[in-house]
Amino acid sequence: MEVFCFFSSEKKVFFFEKKKQKTFVRGVLRGHRGFVVTDIFLAALINGILIGGVYALVALGLTLIYGVLHIVNFAHGSLLMVAMFAAWLLAEKVGLSPYAALPVVAAGMFGVGWGLYRFVIGRVSRGEDRAILLATLGVAVVLDNAFLAMFGGDTRQIETDLTFAMWEVGPLLLSVPKVIAFGASLAIAGLLWAFMALTDTGRAIRAVAKEPEGARLMGIRPDRIFALAYGIGIACLGAAACLLLPSFFVSPHVGNVFVLVAFTIVVLGGMGSFPGAVVGGILIGVTESLGGLFLGESLGPIGISLVFIAVLLLRPTGLFGATR
Amino acid sequence: MKAVALVVLALVPFALPSQSMVNIAMLTAFSAFIGQCWNISGGFGGLTSFGHAVFFGTGAYAVAILQTRYGLNPWLGLPVGFVAGGLVGAAIGAASFRAGLRGSYFALVTLAFAEVFRILSNSLDFTRGGLGINIPLGMGVGNFQFADRRATYAVVLGLLVLATLCAAWLRRSRFGARLAALRENEDAAQALGVDLVRTKTLALALSGGLTALAGVVYTQTYLYIDPTIAFGSERSVEMLLVAMIGGAGTVWGPILGAVALHIVADVSRSFISTPGFAPMLYGVVLLVIIGVLPQGMAGLWERLRRA
Repeated sequence: MEVFCFFSSEKKVFFFEKKKQKTFVRGVLRGHRGFVVTDIFLAALINGILIGGVYALVALGLTLIYGVLHIVNFAHGSLLMVAMFAAWLLAEKVGLSPYAALPVVAAGMFGVGWGLYRFVIGRVSRGEDRAILLATLGVAVVLDNAFLAMFGGDTRQIETDLTFAMWEVGPLLLSVPKVIAFGASLAIAGLLWAFMALTDTGRAIRAVAKEPEGARLMGIRPDRIFALAYGIGIACLGAAACLLLPSFFVSPHVGNVFVLVAFTIVVLGGMGSFPGAVVGGILIGVTESLGGLFLGESLGPIGISLVFIAVLLLRPTGLFGATR
Repeated sequence: MKAVALVVLALVPFALPSQSMVNIAMLTAFSAFIGQCWNISGGFGGLTSFGHAVFFGTGAYAVAILQTRYGLNPWLGLPVGFVAGGLVGAAIGAASFRAGLRGSYFALVTLAFAEVFRILSNSLDFTRGGLGINIPLGMGVGNFQFADRRATYAVVLGLLVLATLCAAWLRRSRFGARLAALRENEDAAQALGVDLVRTKTLALALSGGLTALAGVVYTQTYLYIDPTIAFGSERSVEMLLVAMIGGAGTVWGPILGAVALHIVADVSRSFISTPGFAPMLYGVVLLVIIGVLPQGMAGLWERLRRA
């Protein structure tokens, strides 16, 4: 197989192959722009690892919320969409680069998450599992459609100085925004781990996660911790949104791209497990990337769903989860 | 009283002055029907599915492929769709319940199955991929294509009655009692000898078969189906909303829910027609219902009757 050309469009990287004077599209990487290399397998692998870092950050928020509240947050994708719109608005209207906006958006999303739990999800569900599940779904429906009504269904993106910047490492050309996103995601994951392990607040969160009644007797108020944990989980989305924005698009439906991916990572890594979210994120990034390469654009994403179903049916505790 | 309600419903289209109003009545009955289908497994069985579109799409593609590939009569789509949807439900149910999935995990796995079906129908030549399938035009009762929306309404109403009879049967039968026992307390029900996998799988298969009929009618009404319409999450959410808002696990809930949602939709559309505004209100209504009326509108009815 002779691969002769890479064509990078705004949202896709196409790999072309020349066979008997004809050109075939060999594979496509979805949602990734400005990525040009000479070895497509290695490129897909590295690309998968890099995007997996950001997936890990998205999944970290989800796994934190699950670990503490024992709920599956169906609004996760929609809240990521909200954060991406916030970062996009700051870039378009204020001229703030997404990297500079990261602390602002993360803090803002913390507030959104905290308020959402305190005033909507916690209040509506009265602690019943099925009600919480449906409440987060209701929030997702409201957010998706409110943003559709406000901004329309168009896809938007921004261009920063770094959008098309490349680093040459050996045979590879790496997209700078993706390398930054990968590094920053891992750094934030480390910070979050340190926060949970070393601070009093982190200890209180872990105590409530393990034994809400016991924590209450120690003077910790579980309802406050629940809102706090939900806020921190959503703040992760604020950071992820800023890191994604330079190389991804924004639309009211962008959350759907990430919902199943994030759930898959969390289930694969083990619900509530931090190391699981990071390892799972990278594995799923690679699965998606290689799936797109070998199965083509339309069939490629099936890899993620199949991994997801297989893990749920065969090993619901995931790679790092405690056995039930 | 129920017979009177049915006669009134059947006569509704003949009293309506225009086809567009008949269309609204048809769409409302359609929502009620798919909500009732969801309710059979989601309400009576407590199997909160987020991916019921997998059954809808199975029926829709079954009738489309029967006609365009094998040249068979679309009326055959009803039994074939029912069986296909039932088998998909049985397969998903057997796999999930054997693995002990429930609650959020079950919701997630149904979502993933719908996504797998969407991706497959989007990629395979057999389903014509993302192009979707056009049904050749050929109006006529024998061809299951109705020029008059009132005929479509009659078919949908018939299916709604069928699904509601199934719901009423679940309310009274021993099978329904076993299902409710599992919903309320799995361990206790199993200790009393209820077969969990068998009972839940049958409920999902029944719901799946009925939901597939909705897909068949959809394809024959709009004469087109594609992977997003068939397996997209919007259809799954619609079914769940109708059942939850009306009252999950009640016989009349989905009908109340569908009427309420369509009133909300049509009233709001006459004020603000921006796309997304009406579905946003559905979400708000869902949140309010979960918070204030966990038993849905049917629960409110019960409460008022007792007070």
